[in-house]
Amino acid sequence: MADDTTQVGDAPPSAAVSAAKNGAVIIRVEDVSKWFGKFLALKRLNLEVSRGERIVICGPSGSGKSTFIRCLNRLEKHQRGHITIDGVELTDDVKNIEQIRSQIGMVFQQFNLFPHLTVMENCCLAPMWVHRVSRKEAEAAAMKYLERVRIPEQAQKYPGQLSGGQQQRVAIARSLCMNPHIMLFDEPTSALDPEMIKEVLEVMVELAQSGMTMLCVTHEMGFAKTVADRVIFMDQGEILEQATPEKFFTNPQNPRTQQFLEQILEH
Amino acid sequence: MSDGVEPVADPEPPTQHGGLLGWLRSNLFSTWYNSILTLVLIYVLVTVLVPLLNWLIFNADFVGSTQAQCDSGGACWLFLKQRMGFFIYGFYPDEQQWRVNILFAMLAACFVPQMIPRFPGRKWLGILGFTVLPVVGFFLVRGGVFGLRFVPTSLWGGLMLTLVLAYAGMVASLPVGIFLALGRRSSMPAIRGLSVVFIEVWRGVPLITVLFMASVMIPLFLPPGVTFDKLLRAFIGITFFWGAYMAEVIRGGLQAIPKGQYEAAEALGLGYWRKMGLVILPQALKIVIPGIVNTLIALFKDTTLVLIIGLFDILGTVQATIMDPAWSDVTAEAYLFVAFTFWIFTFSLSRYSQRLEHRLQVGHENE
Repeated sequence: MADDTTQVGDAPPSAAVSAAKNGAVIIRVEDVSKWFGKFLALKRLNLEVSRGERIVICGPSGSGKSTFIRCLNRLEKHQRGHITIDGVELTDDVKNIEQIRSQIGMVFQQFNLFPHLTVMENCCLAPMWVHRVSRKEAEAAAMKYLERVRIPEQAQKYPGQLSGGQQQRVAIARSLCMNPHIMLFDEPTSALDPEMIKEVLEVMVELAQSGMTMLCVTHEMGFAKTVADRVIFMDQGEILEQATPEKFFTNPQNPRTQQFLEQILEH
Repeated sequence: MSDGVEPVADPEPPTQHGGLLGWLRSNLFSTWYNSILTLVLIYVLVTVLVPLLNWLIFNADFVGSTQAQCDSGGACWLFLKQRMGFFIYGFYPDEQQWRVNILFAMLAACFVPQMIPRFPGRKWLGILGFTVLPVVGFFLVRGGVFGLRFVPTSLWGGLMLTLVLAYAGMVASLPVGIFLALGRRSSMPAIRGLSVVFIEVWRGVPLITVLFMASVMIPLFLPPGVTFDKLLRAFIGITFFWGAYMAEVIRGGLQAIPKGQYEAAEALGLGYWRKMGLVILPQALKIVIPGIVNTLIALFKDTTLVLIIGLFDILGTVQATIMDPAWSDVTAEAYLFVAFTFWIFTFSLSRYSQRLEHRLQVGHENE
């Protein structure tokens, strides 16, 4: 059973790809399982992510991919196994978890901007209250990131006045303001109208090219092909396959991966 | 026709009948039965309002000093002028009343500007009014410090007592409510359990009972000779009682905040208190402003219940006046006066909350 979880293509898969670039492991997941009540949501996952590596996680809905990346900043608690971020293990120790969360940016499907604050205030809140940065510094940094996501002119507006694509770009900028080492994306384009997906993906591609360590749950296969170092396929709480995008899309090994790719590439 | 859609001219907007006549026609006399209804209502209004206004104002007596001088058949307002000092200050010593006036002035300085959106420093005055002023005001009115003569709370009374109790009760019950609401949604079972018990016990008992128990039962448990100010006991009772109600109102707001807001705050590394204080509570409290103000208005009015434990609030002083044979005939006028006074304060509160809601609505259209 346990061997199934690590079933991958041929011998050392894409680990070699990332190791070539930068050897240091920043995320280590060892034998992690999670249950929701009696339902086994994650089944003995193992994964190592190197610094600067870009990983796309895909799979059918309910496969546990969101749950998995939410475990990495402990929005969900894993019940067995070990998760180590940058050498620190995730446990119930509260101080430690806030310390780690401030280094991991997370972008949600529903943006989750704070509606009572302006775009600028959304970006400055955490740097000012967690990192104790002065307002002036926080605003300067926020402006830099808002420019990077191409909406500096919206800084004084409220989230409710922006389009979905703009809101998601603000959410990305808000995460970047904390200078994270790792960025997690949980289906960042799934709640967007088709014409807005592109503007968000462009920002994400740029971010990927800047060397950020990224884990992205998405069905945007174009994005995976462009930037991913590794594509991971999950189903029913297991990692069934991981490979470089070329291998993953042209020569998937697992029959369930083949089936999944057929379905999403059909249209 | 077949290749594409013909451009169509914009339609004319519907015409609006301006002016008073247009308004009358569309709102009061649009059909024959509306016209009849309007006329009937005008007749009823006139037959009720004319005698009422006659009694209240045109036939009323304003000059004189005893009720014997009220002989015109209308309302007798003389007692107001004669007893106003008593209604406002109760038994507070005459030569010390400037202290109460200063408190009134400070209250007005902090809270009246809240009605004026462009007033400079408005926010800071409001914060002052909720933090520093209750303490300063208490020592100012009570005395015993800085050379101010000590005035025991048993001498406090009238409108001043009503306002002091209502103001202190409001300032204290809001934070009590916030902490209880957070406690009830806490992930720690002990804190959650205690909050639930506290809320359900205080909310399940009538305020009258609370006040009776505060004034009769607490002394039984204290060692002989130890006394505990009656006003303070009433204040604590009011605070906890309305704090429990407030908690349930605020809990409603907390539950309305989407889970994603909590998660986004946590993902940014904000700890529990910062997450609540900076992200969740500002949104939750905004949602429940109508409920909070509703509770504050109820609190304000229910301060009159302190009558039953022998504190003379404005209703108490007015009742004491009509017990006095010198003013035995002004019962209706006296109660009207009390009702009107309460209405002025509670109505201002309600208008202010509507303003606040409107102002906080800015930019949140989509959320």
